[in-house]
Amino acid sequence: MKHVKILGTGCRNCQTTLKLVEEVARAQGVEIELEKVDQIQDIMQYRLMATPGVVIDEEVVHSGGVPDRKKIEGWFAPSA
Amino acid sequence: MMTPTATHEPQRLAPWLAGLPLAAVLWVLLYAHLTEIADLAIAALGLSRATHLGEAVHFFLYDTPKVLLLLTGIVFLMGVIQTFFAPERTRALLAGRRLGVGNAMAASLGIVTPFCSCSAVPLFIGFVSAGVPLGVTFSFLIAAPMVNEVALALLLGLFGWKVALLYLGLGLLVAIVAGLVIGELKMERHLEDWVRAIHLGEATAASGSDQRWPERLHAGLKHVREIVGRVWPYVLIGIGLGALIHGYVPEDFMAAFMGRDVWWAVPTAVVLGVPMYTNAAGIIPIVEALIGKGAALGTTLAFMMSVIALSAPEMLILRKVLKWPLIATFVAVVATGILLVGYVFNLVL
Repeated sequence: MKHVKILGTGCRNCQTTLKLVEEVARAQGVEIELEKVDQIQDIMQYRLMATPGVVIDEEVVHSGGVPDRKKIEGWFAPSA
Repeated sequence: MMTPTATHEPQRLAPWLAGLPLAAVLWVLLYAHLTEIADLAIAALGLSRATHLGEAVHFFLYDTPKVLLLLTGIVFLMGVIQTFFAPERTRALLAGRRLGVGNAMAASLGIVTPFCSCSAVPLFIGFVSAGVPLGVTFSFLIAAPMVNEVALALLLGLFGWKVALLYLGLGLLVAIVAGLVIGELKMERHLEDWVRAIHLGEATAASGSDQRWPERLHAGLKHVREIVGRVWPYVLIGIGLGALIHGYVPEDFMAAFMGRDVWWAVPTAVVLGVPMYTNAAGIIPIVEALIGKGAALGTTLAFMMSVIALSAPEMLILRKVLKWPLIATFVAVVATGILLVGYVFNLVL
């Protein structure tokens, strides 16, 4: 199971990202634990410069803007 | 470990090489014949420009395609340009810059660096903790909302390139000078303590710096879908209201309270703008029509800038990283700048 965190203060882009990640994970049958991080102090611990950010298993995989669907699918693809 | 970029399906250049020139030719053709198209359309509707209704409909049918064409063109270009300026890259360009040159650079980068308004705080912290001087950071943060691509496209379409250029130049000037003033005041102690404690070492994976042209062009298209897709209803409503004003409100109606001779109109516009939240897309077409009826351009632009750059919600977000004295200084400096812009526009035009 992957632990996914969505970093963002709650703007529309952040909500879209959250929904998109949820959707892709479900479509690919990947079990994830989704967490929303909306406190700025907590967000800044991941040292990113633009929200929304996506953290998978404590690694920042994306920051700034809604990620492409293809990019998200890549995160949940069965690792070779 | 993940390698997110490796899973990207590569975009191909060939469709772009065929489609882009075609779209450009179509764009230019349409843009060159806007008046004829509007004339034909009202003739087909059986209307005459001599009537109130005919004049209003003509205004709408001429302005709508013009503004939408400019909007699409400029937003596409901005989307492509933005792929060259990821926030991490901008920060690297600005780190350690001295005041002066740094402020001018920061203000210019503020326009072309992509970020949404809710990223203002992460960007702010990222900049300051990486050694970008506070005044330079502010120049960046002020220019970003103040000079806005949607407003630029609308001003270009409705008022011509002189006004658009003046808007761009004065917006940059306000951002540069405001940043210089805040830098001179040495207000670093008014940052929240937790912000000063953070030391951002290495930047996180820079996104977008290694993109190729098909990806950049694709980003431009995505930008058009997002921005034009969001603002077009406001543009239509704005132009519709503008058309009504243009067709029906008597000449010189607005001159009494929004004319250039009314000295208190500019400060009133700035003060009224702060608690409001609106966007340039809806307001500029209305402004165009009001100006035809005697309102002053500087007054209305001052209102628009104050709505965008000094909005109360924005201040509340900044409060998380700045203490009150710094926020108050920020508001005072930017408001002064906008006042000057208002008076300059009223004088020049």
